[in-house]
Amino acid sequence: MPKSTYYFWVGVFLFVIFSIIFLVYFATMRIDYVWAWHKIPSAFLYHKQVEVRAEIQGTVASITPEKDQSLIKVKGTGEEEAFTVPTKDLRVSVNDFVYPGDVLASYGKWQAGIMLQGVWITLKVSLFSIIFGIIIGIIGGLSRISDNPAAKWLAITYVELIRGSPLLVQIFIWYFVVGTMVNQLLLAYGIHEIPGLWYGVAALACFTGAYVTEIVRAGIQSIGRGQIEAARSLGMSYAQSMRYIVMPQAMRRILPPLAGQFISLIKDSSLLGIIAVRELTKATREVITTQLNPFEMFFVCAALYLVMTFTLSMFVQYLERRTQTA
Amino acid sequence: MIEARNVFKTYYVPHKVEALVDVSTRIAAGEVVVVIGPSGSGKSTFLRCLNHLETATSGHIIIDGVDILNPKTDINKVRAEVGMVFQSFNLFPHKTVEENVTLAQRIVRKRSKKEAADRAMALLTKVGIQDKAAVYPDQLSGGQQQRVAIARALAMNPKVMLFDEPTSALDPEMIGEVLDVMKTLATEGMTMVCVTHEMGFAREVAGRVIFMDAGRIVEVGTPEHFFKNPTHERTKSFLSQIL
Repeated sequence: MPKSTYYFWVGVFLFVIFSIIFLVYFATMRIDYVWAWHKIPSAFLYHKQVEVRAEIQGTVASITPEKDQSLIKVKGTGEEEAFTVPTKDLRVSVNDFVYPGDVLASYGKWQAGIMLQGVWITLKVSLFSIIFGIIIGIIGGLSRISDNPAAKWLAITYVELIRGSPLLVQIFIWYFVVGTMVNQLLLAYGIHEIPGLWYGVAALACFTGAYVTEIVRAGIQSIGRGQIEAARSLGMSYAQSMRYIVMPQAMRRILPPLAGQFISLIKDSSLLGIIAVRELTKATREVITTQLNPFEMFFVCAALYLVMTFTLSMFVQYLERRTQTA
Repeated sequence: MIEARNVFKTYYVPHKVEALVDVSTRIAAGEVVVVIGPSGSGKSTFLRCLNHLETATSGHIIIDGVDILNPKTDINKVRAEVGMVFQSFNLFPHKTVEENVTLAQRIVRKRSKKEAADRAMALLTKVGIQDKAAVYPDQLSGGQQQRVAIARALAMNPKVMLFDEPTSALDPEMIGEVLDVMKTLATEGMTMVCVTHEMGFAREVAGRVIFMDAGRIVEVGTPEHFFKNPTHERTKSFLSQIL
């Protein structure tokens, strides 16, 4: 392709992209949408004013400074209370008389907003699901190719059930059926309930595990019979041949489809909002209800998912390069 | 050393095929036996039955006094004593040449790192590729790969070596180097069972030649007998076609 033609098509590319952006902007102007990008940072990080108030009526008995923190002791009739606050933010001095609700100290501090918490929950849920998904997938994949009918058919049943039903329904089943059952049982024995987040993790891990099972099976089966025959003919057991010969080679072929699966998993974690897990998408929707800026927030939300999935795919590419010998 | 008694092997999938029919033979220690026959005659199946890569349907296969068809036999132990060389080399592509030769020594024979490495170097020198110890198999020619495969099998100090058409996948100019290694082994007194189409090798090295057709042993004899005056019609027609 001549240089001039090449640059022409690069121009076309840029024109299409900017046209789409402009069209969206133009459309929002026509419906009088007020863009409020400036509200977004506060959804991530905000300055919170903390006021420490007395709870009883009495006098400030003592203020003991310790580095830049101070211990305030308030003595009432027959009761006492104590607070630790930054020294420079003190609003009372010794022997001051205080009523309940009087401000003893007031200071500001930076706090992670709901969006940052949402990102953290999404990362946490995804990470646990990936780890459990890999474990389930390896066990499932090995069972799938096993000669043992019980192991093999269990693996097939599991994979077909999971792949044949919607993830949304599976999340409902985990939360409303399994979750109710388990939590009721735990309650009956006086044990703490398991938070909904873990049923979400279980649903995602089981869902991903089924796909990883098929990926692992395909990876192992892509290694020629000759490899395992050579290993066995040297006197290695089946397990040793798998561990030293087949798995290391299969791993290299498994990595790219596995990366795709885990990228899907991060995106699928957005469904957990429906069982009250406040992950990124749910957090976004909560912010929108107060800030009333859905356009900006959903774009930001999408961009954050993109950052996470892109980081993961970069990491997997790095792993692939590292396992590429010769 | 090896005794096969009335070995049958029948496949039922996808349809019934009698791969081995009543095969019986004895192979003494130090003997070099070459198995020849047309393709589909069961010679490779027979060889693979000898180290249980294929399970014979019935009969007895006794390796060094142990019946490998007995379910109680620890087959891994027997296989460690029986080296095998494949038509398609089957080197481990994710391991260097040296690691290919040391891996099973370390895992199965539980040798120390140094002991395994020393043995590997000695064997790689013997097959003439000591200077390629650190490279990966895909950087070697077919002949070199097959010689590594022989070194890998020898590293286990096997009592028997099985060769399954070791030169069939090689370019013609590389066949010689592999056959030379096999000839050296034979002169050193290794017990060998070779399935091959190399009639020159059979004539020169074999103590005994077994001709198989349609899953049966048709004729057994010395190379002189075989190549000068074979008795069976089937043997004659086979030899006339390939010689």
